[in-house]
Amino acid sequence: MSQPPVIEAHGLGKVYSPGTQAEVVALRNADLRIARGEFVAIMGPSGSGKSTLMNLIGCLDTPSSGSYLCDGIDVATLDAEELAALRRDKIGFVFQGFHLLPRMSALDNVAMPLVYSEVPPAERQELALQALDAVGLAERAAHRPNELSGGQQQRVAIARALINNPPIVLADEPTGALDSRTGAEILALFKRLRDGGHTVVLITHDPEVAAHADRIFMIHDGQLQEQVPGGGAS
Amino acid sequence: MTHVDVLRTAIHALRGNWVRSALTSLGVIIGIAAVIVMVSVGQGTQAEIDNLVSGLGSQRLDISSAAQRGPGGARTGAGSRYTLYQGDADAIRNEIPEVQYVSGSLRGSTQVVFAENNWAASWQGVEPDYFAINAWELAEGDFFEPQDYGGSSNVVILGETVRRELFGDQPGIGESVRLGRALFTVVGVLEPKGQGGWGQDQDDIMMVPLETGRRRLLGSSALPPKAVMSIALTVAHADDLGYVQSEVEALLRQRHRIGPGEEDDFVVRNISEIVAARTATTRLMSLLLGAVATISLVVGGIGIMNIMLVSVTERIREIGLRMAVGAGPSAVRRQFLAEAMLISLIGGVIGIALGVVGTLVVGRLGALPVELNGKVIGLAAGFSIATGLFFGYYPARKASTLDPIEALRQ
Repeated sequence: MSQPPVIEAHGLGKVYSPGTQAEVVALRNADLRIARGEFVAIMGPSGSGKSTLMNLIGCLDTPSSGSYLCDGIDVATLDAEELAALRRDKIGFVFQGFHLLPRMSALDNVAMPLVYSEVPPAERQELALQALDAVGLAERAAHRPNELSGGQQQRVAIARALINNPPIVLADEPTGALDSRTGAEILALFKRLRDGGHTVVLITHDPEVAAHADRIFMIHDGQLQEQVPGGGAS
Repeated sequence: MTHVDVLRTAIHALRGNWVRSALTSLGVIIGIAAVIVMVSVGQGTQAEIDNLVSGLGSQRLDISSAAQRGPGGARTGAGSRYTLYQGDADAIRNEIPEVQYVSGSLRGSTQVVFAENNWAASWQGVEPDYFAINAWELAEGDFFEPQDYGGSSNVVILGETVRRELFGDQPGIGESVRLGRALFTVVGVLEPKGQGGWGQDQDDIMMVPLETGRRRLLGSSALPPKAVMSIALTVAHADDLGYVQSEVEALLRQRHRIGPGEEDDFVVRNISEIVAARTATTRLMSLLLGAVATISLVVGGIGIMNIMLVSVTERIREIGLRMAVGAGPSAVRRQFLAEAMLISLIGGVIGIALGVVGTLVVGRLGALPVELNGKVIGLAAGFSIATGLFFGYYPARKASTLDPIEALRQ
């Protein structure tokens, strides 16, 4: 890999409520290198620390120890305002529950993040329509979320994640609320995104879903390990 | 995030729950309308008192004889002796240029008879300036001619009440009436003034030339020759009043040969003390009205804060999502502040309209004097903006400091 990794973490650790009775070590000493255009799954049972890792990768949280370079930028020194700008530019979030705003059309939901970037208002509708078209929902632009199926809603959410053309798409159980056929369509869409040069990070507890990824990381009790293809953990 | 985005997002959010937004605005509407009506009433009352005061004459001095001090130091009441003379009035007129009008006067009461009608009324013996000093206008007829003041003209100008009692529907000009034992010709009727500041009927009065009054209506022994009961004067400029008062006092002390350290045998009064007391009362009333209005505005503001806090809690997922897609704390804060300010601004605009209408209605009903001006409306507009800012800040800050992880998990 000649290109620098998009996600590069060294000795990443996260401790909640340090120094108190309630101290929880959620993540210890995790190393992670994910290059541009990779489709990676992070898999683990609930309580394993995978949410903590996702929050760190997604720049929603800062690590207690170690370092994380998000597309080359060290997040440790950033304040809340700078983290928000970093998320806007580098991360596209896809959630299990879609997180669409119910009173907005699909198009407005997709265009919503552009309000926080420097995109002039005149271009937003056009960009949002292109993003919807990319997920095959251009003709549903005027519909509200409750007029769309679960799979369609998730595709709107993916279009929203892509609107600022971020290098990383971070998906948290994106198929968790969908039936298996619709889930497969969404996973196919992620593969297309990977082929289009996005780095896709999929957080899941489901081995069948994780199996669609190129590389799989296992997390257990805060310990991250890459699963070697064709067998058990390395 | 441009200002237009902030505004559009706020409008979208408020329309989504427009009944609640409208009810929240209602608090501000009532508060702002109350501010406008209350302040207008306060200002109107103040203006009316200023008006009343200038009617009473803030440019006016009244001079009367001082009460006598008996051998044991006991003082007799006002009017127990007469120390002012026509010469004093003339000296004031001639020697103090700042004085605009001056008039000595006598007064008494007598029975007045016309045909089978009769009436007991007060009379004033006056000099020509008296009418100007007291702002008397004529409804009918003429003022006295200069030669009438010589003392031999039996002429009278009637107040409206006296005229009505004697003549009913007739004007009465040119008729002869009997005052006491003398016949007088009615030459004029005064424009009615109505009830005075102390409840008396100001129109129950008759005016006669001063010397005529002295010769025909006062008993010969009642007063020393050439004495007057009081002297009234006005100055052209209210600013001169204090100066003129001291000049008058000095002049009269000199004329009455009062040595240093001796008490004045006259009293000079101005009404500034009454004015000051009245103004203080009005100011207090304005303050109370303003306080009531402010309290209602604060209640409205608390309503905004309450609803905004509920809104932050309800929309915590939306806040989390917006933070995830790149909204920083300042953008979230601006959004919620904009919503609070929009509620209070809309409330302010409607409240101003309602307050203006309410003020006009109060003014039209005539129950209270009102004075509406741009200052009041500007004040109300400023209040509504300040309310939104002040009561919207805390909820907006709360929203902006949410942890996006926590917010998304809801």
